Amino acid sequence: MKAKNLITRIGLCLGTAALLLPARADITVKGSDTMVILAQKWAEVYMANNPSIKIQVTGGGTGTGFAALQNQQTDLCNASRKIRAKEIETCIRAFGKRPTEYRVALDGLSVYVNAENPVSELTVEQLELIFTAKIRNWKELGGPDLPITVYSRENSSGTYEFFKEHVLQGKDFAASAQTMPGTAAVLQAVAKDPKGIGYGGAAYGAGAKHLNIKKDEASPAFEPTEENVVNGAYPISRHLFIYVNPALDKGDVANYLKWIRSDEGQAVVKDVGYFPLPANLRR
Amino acid sequence: MGIQRGHRARPLEWLAERVIFTISLSAIMLILLIFIFVGREALPIFLGRMDSALIQETIPPERMNELDPEELRVYLDLSPRQFAGMDRDTLQMLMEVRQEALEEIPPEQLNDPDAHANTTAWRYLLFPHQWSDYDRPRYIWQPIGNIHKYNIVPLIVGSLKTTLIGLFFAVPISVGAAIYVSQLARPRVREIAKPTIELLSGIPSVVVGFFALLVMASVFQAVFQYETRLNAFVAGIALGFAVIPVVFSIAEDALTSVPRSYTQGALALGSSKWQAAWHIVLPAALPGVFAAVVLGFGRAIGETMIVLMVCSASVMSWSIFDSARSITTTIAAEMAEAVAGGHHYRMLFMLGAVLFAVTFVANLVGDIVIHRLKRKLEGRS
Repeated sequence: MKAKNLITRIGLCLGTAALLLPARADITVKGSDTMVILAQKWAEVYMANNPSIKIQVTGGGTGTGFAALQNQQTDLCNASRKIRAKEIETCIRAFGKRPTEYRVALDGLSVYVNAENPVSELTVEQLELIFTAKIRNWKELGGPDLPITVYSRENSSGTYEFFKEHVLQGKDFAASAQTMPGTAAVLQAVAKDPKGIGYGGAAYGAGAKHLNIKKDEASPAFEPTEENVVNGAYPISRHLFIYVNPALDKGDVANYLKWIRSDEGQAVVKDVGYFPLPANLRR
Repeated sequence: MGIQRGHRARPLEWLAERVIFTISLSAIMLILLIFIFVGREALPIFLGRMDSALIQETIPPERMNELDPEELRVYLDLSPRQFAGMDRDTLQMLMEVRQEALEEIPPEQLNDPDAHANTTAWRYLLFPHQWSDYDRPRYIWQPIGNIHKYNIVPLIVGSLKTTLIGLFFAVPISVGAAIYVSQLARPRVREIAKPTIELLSGIPSVVVGFFALLVMASVFQAVFQYETRLNAFVAGIALGFAVIPVVFSIAEDALTSVPRSYTQGALALGSSKWQAAWHIVLPAALPGVFAAVVLGFGRAIGETMIVLMVCSASVMSWSIFDSARSITTTIAAEMAEAVAGGHHYRMLFMLGAVLFAVTFVANLVGDIVIHRLKRKLEGRS
């Protein structure tokens, strides 16, 4: 009798918990690790203004985010790269529609070198040659006679992929490139290594020198500042995206997405260290 | 029924026995399920059913009407049930996506001979291949990009390289420490030394990795003056720190469990404490010490975080001062971004299966050697 009572109680508790848990997060966001801080900040500010809405943000990587989007375990998927055809295909299989793409922020990629390095500007082509190990010594670039140590990111990083596609023109990174677990680690390594060169978000700064980048030999070099990134003069920049299942893109989710691309949401982007979208891309 | 000495098993005891039995059975089942899961996900690679070629044969969506349903189903790679559940628009959309995938390919790569290669075939996985852009055949692991280069040899070499460095560093130290603590040290020293060394195993490997990344790497570079700051040597030594407590703990147990009378006999015959430990106790405990080393190997090759933090460039080189990328690192770092069910995803599961095979063989060989040694020691060989 007693035991039965207990079991019923436990059952009741679990039942209520199961009912309450999903209700607690009205909007779930999952995906890119690069965007976790940004997404959390958005959620924080939005929830402060709209106390009735709960937003839950998790990282895990862009690919993980797309997998969750397909399985309909998340409402929004943060992505630091464009969705691949293969992923669109699995989405169509899962819910019969293409996910809707929203650009939500701009990110400039900086190239860092050690503060002692006299080299201060490079062309995109020179970067390609350095990161594919065709140029191996700083003296070929007007620097000291030292071999170049290349610091790169893990190949799961959206930054890695972007750099490979847009700077290396799809060629492979040198096998000797050191892969670091995060942008902070790249920066740290370059700050310690006078021979080093690395890349990462422009928002990260302290400790190393950001190079000015030229599109080609003839064009002027640009610093990765907000102005240069937003007006497109700085040659290495990318968009950050949010993908959503079109069937869910209504009500609270749609309002949230709209807010993210409003002036208020874009102000948060600036706070976190990325760059706001130019007005013509906000739709 | 275990308990039947003169009285009938009590219901509670019977129940306890059943519960324990079920728990142990479920543990075995769980391990089995994991193997089955890993194996199932990796199977298409083993059977050569994946195709990772950049340029796939594509049928333009306009020609959809010319295909009969079965052809269309096979082309879109759908199961009959999925196919039946889709309306025409969805199928049309799937065909368009295929077309888009083809159009995304940069024009200069359309003529690349590698663009048609199915890089998940075994000859690409195990043997060097001369990719366009390269001057000679090479072993290359570059899974991200238009042409997915999946050569697993650098990863296997990386795993073995770091593991062996770790063992060469850790085994002499930990076996030496075990001999000292179990045979030579005064009881007071033993009481402090043993738990202290075992405490090492409580340090999370992330912390060891972080320490190696920031401190050890700089110190070693200052000492050895090698070129790459983060390399297999640093990772191996850091791995050694993770392995030491495992090897020490088991070796110490093995040495302590050698009957005291062995030592006493040797001492009575006039040997020194050191001679008794080295010539009598260590040989008697050899199977246990060997088992400790085998377990240490398993720990080192399965360790992920340390190698991930310290070095992870997939260089094909046996030099200990070059970087290395281990199998575990690869799985941990790349799984999050792999398209679920895609070839990269399956390739990572295949690596998991390879890793399992390596540790399984190592444990098996270790076990056989231990049994041989035991039989020899007991005079039954």
